[in-house]
Amino acid sequence: MRQQVLVLYLATSALDAPVVGWSSYDGTGRTAPATGDGDEPPYETGVAALLDGWRLFQASQLIPPAPGHEYGTSFLKHEFFFEKLDT
Amino acid sequence: MAQGFLRLDAIVPEELNAEAIEVLTTGVPPVPYGTPLAEAFLPGTFARRLVDLPLIAGALESLVGPAPTVDHHAVHVREPQGGTAQPLHGDAIIDTRADAFDVQLMYYPHEVTEQMGGTLLVPGSHLRRTNESDTGRYQNLLGQVRLTCPAGTVLLLHHGIWHGGRRNDSDRRRYMFKIRFNPTVPQVRLWDTADLVDPAVAAELAVQHPWYEHATGRLEIYNRVALWRALTDDDGFDIDYWATRVTNRPRRTA
Repeated sequence: MRQQVLVLYLATSALDAPVVGWSSYDGTGRTAPATGDGDEPPYETGVAALLDGWRLFQASQLIPPAPGHEYGTSFLKHEFFFEKLDT
Repeated sequence: MAQGFLRLDAIVPEELNAEAIEVLTTGVPPVPYGTPLAEAFLPGTFARRLVDLPLIAGALESLVGPAPTVDHHAVHVREPQGGTAQPLHGDAIIDTRADAFDVQLMYYPHEVTEQMGGTLLVPGSHLRRTNESDTGRYQNLLGQVRLTCPAGTVLLLHHGIWHGGRRNDSDRRRYMFKIRFNPTVPQVRLWDTADLVDPAVAAELAVQHPWYEHATGRLEIYNRVALWRALTDDDGFDIDYWATRVTNRPRRTA
C-alpha cells in the first residue's frame, strides 16, 4: 500500500473555500512533483478534492496570534492534508 | 512595495550579454561582505559595466540610495536536465527590519524559456516573516511568476521575497548572476516623488495577490502602510483607514 499526498492551502479556514496554493507528493513514484511546476490548482476548493476521492487526514488548527504580533504575516494559515492509498 | 520586485526586460545590451556567458563561466571574483559598490567592482569590469547601466544605476539609487555596499554576489548555473527545483525560500535569514530593506539584482544574460525553468517568484511575499527555506513545503501558489524572459533581463527584488530556481528541463545551461546591495543611508524618499499623491499610488499599494488568504491579505495592506510611512516619512499615510482605525484611542476626560 502506497500513499499519495495532496496539500491544499485555502483562502479561509473553511474546507469549501477556494484553493490558493497546493503541493503534492507521490509515494507510488509515478509522478515527480516539483516546486513551481504548474500555475493551475488541481481543484477549485478543498471539498472538490473530497468529491474526487481524496481523504482528508489533517487540517491546520486555528491559533490566535501571540499578543504583540497580531498584524504579523508569516506562513499560510489554512493548510489541509489529503491522501489517496494505492494498493 | 506591493509586488516586492521590479522587472526590467531586455535592458542589458546584446554585447554585454554576449560577454556575460564567458565571464560568468570563469567566475566573478568574490568581494568581502559590505564592500562599497565603487570598490567592489573596479571600472571596466563586467559587473561594474552592468550596474552602471543608466536604468539599473537609477533604479538602485531609487531603492537603496547612493553608495550602497555589496553584501555578496553569486553566479547561479543550472545544468541541462538539471536535477531538482530549489525549495521556495527567502535568502539569508528571517529579517525583521521595518524601515529598511536590501535589494537583490538578478541578471539573465540569455533568453529564459519555460522549459529552462527560470526563477520562481511569489509576488507580494516579501513582508512575510519566514525563515529561509521553511516555506519549502509550498510548491505552487496562485499568481506565482514562473519567469520567462528575453536576454538581458534584470530583476530587482526586495530581500524577503519568496523565490526559487526551477528545475531545468531543457538541453541548455541556464545562468543567473545575483548581487545583493545594502543601503548606507535612510531609505526615505530616495526616488522621484513627484507623483506621491497620485491616487494610483494608493491603488497599487492596496493590490491583493491571488495566493493571499482573505483575512491575511488585509494584514498585508496594514504592513505595506507601515513600510510606506517609513519610506515617505509620512506618519499619516493610510489606505482605506486600515491602520488609522485600529490605532484610534481617544483620550478620556475625568
